Amino acid sequence: MSQYALEMKQITKTFPGVKALDRVSFSVKKGEIHALCGENGAGKSTLMKVLSGVYPTGNYHGDIFINGQPVAFRDIKGSQDAGVAIIYQELALVPEMTVAENIFLSHERMKKPVIDWHSLYAEAQYWLEQIGLKVDPQMRVSDLTVGKQQLIEIVKALTKKADILILDEPTAALTESDVDVLMRLLRALKSKGVTCIYISHKLGEVLEIADSVTVLRDGKTVSTDPIDVLTEDKIVSKMVGRALTEFFPYQAHQIGEEVLTVQDYQFKHGLTGDLLVKHASFSLRAGEILGVAGLMGAGRTELFTSLFGGYPGESSGQVVISGEAVNIRKPSDAIAKGLAYVSEDRKKYGLVMGMEISKNSTLAALKKVMPNHLIDRTLEVKRAEELTKKMRLKSHSLEADVSQLSGGNQQKVVLSKWLFTDPKILVLDEPTRGIDVGAKYEIYKIINELAAQGVAVVIISSELPEVLGMSDRIMVMSEGEVTGHLSRTEATQEKIMTYATLRRGKNEAVKSSGH
Amino acid sequence: MKQLNHQDTEQKPKIDISLNVQAYTLIIALIAIALIFSLFTGGEFLSPRNLSNLFNQMAVISVLSIGMTLIIVSGHIDLSVGSLAGLAGGIAAILQVWYGWGTVSVIAVGIIAGALLGLWQGWWVAYRAVPAFIVTLGGQLIFRGILIGISQGRTIAPLEPSFRFISNSYLPYSLGYLLAIVMVALFFFLTWKDRIKRNKLALQLASPLVDYGKVTIYGAGILLITFMLSLYYGVPLPMLIVVFFGGLFIFISNKTAFGRYIYAIGGNEEAAALSGINIKRHTLYVFVLMGALAGLAGIMLTSRLNAATVSAGDMYELDAIAACVIGGASLTGGKGKIVGAIIGALIMASIDNGMSMMNIQTFWQYIVKGLILIVAVWVDISNKKQTA
Ligand SMILES: Nc1ncnc2c1ncn2[C@@H]1O[C@H](COP(=O)(O)OP(=O)(O)OP(=O)(O)O)[C@@H](O)[C@H]1O
Ligand SMILES: [Mg+2]
Repeated sequence: MSQYALEMKQITKTFPGVKALDRVSFSVKKGEIHALCGENGAGKSTLMKVLSGVYPTGNYHGDIFINGQPVAFRDIKGSQDAGVAIIYQELALVPEMTVAENIFLSHERMKKPVIDWHSLYAEAQYWLEQIGLKVDPQMRVSDLTVGKQQLIEIVKALTKKADILILDEPTAALTESDVDVLMRLLRALKSKGVTCIYISHKLGEVLEIADSVTVLRDGKTVSTDPIDVLTEDKIVSKMVGRALTEFFPYQAHQIGEEVLTVQDYQFKHGLTGDLLVKHASFSLRAGEILGVAGLMGAGRTELFTSLFGGYPGESSGQVVISGEAVNIRKPSDAIAKGLAYVSEDRKKYGLVMGMEISKNSTLAALKKVMPNHLIDRTLEVKRAEELTKKMRLKSHSLEADVSQLSGGNQQKVVLSKWLFTDPKILVLDEPTRGIDVGAKYEIYKIINELAAQGVAVVIISSELPEVLGMSDRIMVMSEGEVTGHLSRTEATQEKIMTYATLRRGKNEAVKSSGH
Repeated sequence: MKQLNHQDTEQKPKIDISLNVQAYTLIIALIAIALIFSLFTGGEFLSPRNLSNLFNQMAVISVLSIGMTLIIVSGHIDLSVGSLAGLAGGIAAILQVWYGWGTVSVIAVGIIAGALLGLWQGWWVAYRAVPAFIVTLGGQLIFRGILIGISQGRTIAPLEPSFRFISNSYLPYSLGYLLAIVMVALFFFLTWKDRIKRNKLALQLASPLVDYGKVTIYGAGILLITFMLSLYYGVPLPMLIVVFFGGLFIFISNKTAFGRYIYAIGGNEEAAALSGINIKRHTLYVFVLMGALAGLAGIMLTSRLNAATVSAGDMYELDAIAACVIGGASLTGGKGKIVGAIIGALIMASIDNGMSMMNIQTFWQYIVKGLILIVAVWVDISNKKQTA
């Protein structure tokens, strides 16, 4: 019998105008954790979709072998029956159903002819305990954090008795503690003989968990190596085709006058009435990069979306933009005041899927391509081209549907869209989620350039190295409160984590000499 | 393996054509339907007299389907347009026949009444967040009820000749030809301008043969139809109304912020809202426009029948929705074209007309139309799968 759980040979897949995969070969040994790395648009997701039958046989060239046997899947069900389970980059849960219902969706526990709810819930409970996830199986999925939802996806795949488990960027939206749970889980699975394919842009994780790494570039296989001969730098240079020496191109820059002052800001959720942001006070200067750190659910997103007018609810307190007290009630008010907010969830809040790339990129400032009140397509495409070129967007045409872009390239379109509004204050919520190292570097450079031009930038990020590497100043939040400010020089991971875990009642908010 | 290679080599030239698969399938379907019916009617289907009838018959549904496209693109549905058209036509007829109002003012009142009732429905949908399906289902009953109430259940007729003129008159031959020629010239001009622009931007460009070839074929089609119609009484006025409003709304949907926004709202409401688009206001506008167009359709219908009846426009909403869907609109929102909807309306009208000519019983017409609707959507979906 073959030593490989999976072999994909000479896989070629073309989309109209794009060769996404070009004679890719990919072999995974039994029982290993095999990482698949590559830049945005390298073809990782496409390769996995070929494997899992999303693109059925006949839709691609090449051969696939599982345990040495040739296979040709006609649909996803076919690959599932052969023991392949895939967890997509985008979540695929039914939000209105309970955790247990989601876990067993399509393979419900039956007591013919009806569903056996007792054993379904009991079994769900068992699996959740197995992976150490403290979640009630009767909870609705929509009430869970994104991180927890991701773990539920994994449980769902596990219950299907998968031999080959594919995880496409599973940790992009996870907090550190959820990542730890996941890592433990993967090791446990490995010890049970499950083969795992792991796609991630977080190379630290890859080095920690993988046994071997295959790198794709521009739809071609670059190499497959065992982990012990690799370092982060080596993987990166294989991915981008050149050595990347620094990760955070931070430059000290001129900091101007205050453009945003928030005093004693409170925000109450419109439906539940929960106080999501409590007594937040901070300020922001032109040309300054403010990092906002905190654990998942610390209220960072809520603070800035509500300031932007994009969250239904009630706010109080004072907000001053460029010396003028403002009352922002809806996003168009915010845009008019020079505020831009790049959401953390590009699919849900950032892009209109099914719409052209160029049309997406002008949507927030359409007036700028409407000289004499009518949309000028020529101007629009030209502007979109300028913007996306700066971002090094990889796409065969700006007239293509955004949904055809790879995840990272979609993020670049969202960024383009907001840069097009010429913001004075740019809030980036997890701006590099799901973005490859090369593109991250590009985005950091753009952030620097913007700051140098006098734009005040806020980076909300769960990746501490990013916050530490890019910010002039760091603000930490916990449970809806601002718990600390740190200057670039005094900030360390430990200090941030201390502030991030401060709780109301236990400790008073600590103010440091940050600014 | 052979088959795969074939696909691969075909990929390149496929690009420009595949963008428009929908439009071609529609036109091919239309031609196929026309050929089949003329075969079974001994050519009578394509006779000048019947073509003229056909364009007259499709006009009301076409006007409704123009508005319905906006509604569907923005992610909603309107089940009230048939009743609304009936009511607007009824109001106009009552004012004229019972109260002796002039034609121009009753037309204005009919359209304004439609717009106001559209506003009312739009308010419920946009500002009170009641699903459009429910609001307009309610509207369907309410408007029909009002119509029966105000007309006391009677048929209101006859209307003045000037009113009948709207749906029962033809353009003078010379004017018909002139408009057709202007339209063809406009097509050529727009294509030429578009090519120059795309060239400047280094965008994908089909070969001039393809682009101008297409325009030539469309142009020839337009002139041929004008010629055929001139063998009868000429271009019917309702057809001109459809062409005018079709053109106007194509322009609105492509060139104005409003047009762009409704595609964005239907495609992803949350993303649109965060981009600073006023969702509620634009949703309201869409319903107002739909209402006004339904009012216009009601006027045209009343004029054609030379009477307002209590059942006028009954079930027209379903034909309008079907026309949009056949034309490629997606009921999940964000996708749909006005040209598609008008061609869809023509297909639906052709089936009605052709089958009546063949003396097939009405019940068959329902069955065939239903099947065509399902098949059309299936073709659309499988087209999409292939390109994915
Ligand atoms: N449905 C589609 N139609 C056309 N092109 C597509 C489609 N799906 C993917 N592509 C193209 O195929 C290429 C590979 O995309 P893929 O999603 O596999 O990248 P990826 O390596 O997963 O990137 P990321 O890290 O950003 O997720 C990209 O150039 C993308 O634009
Ligand atoms: Mg991907």
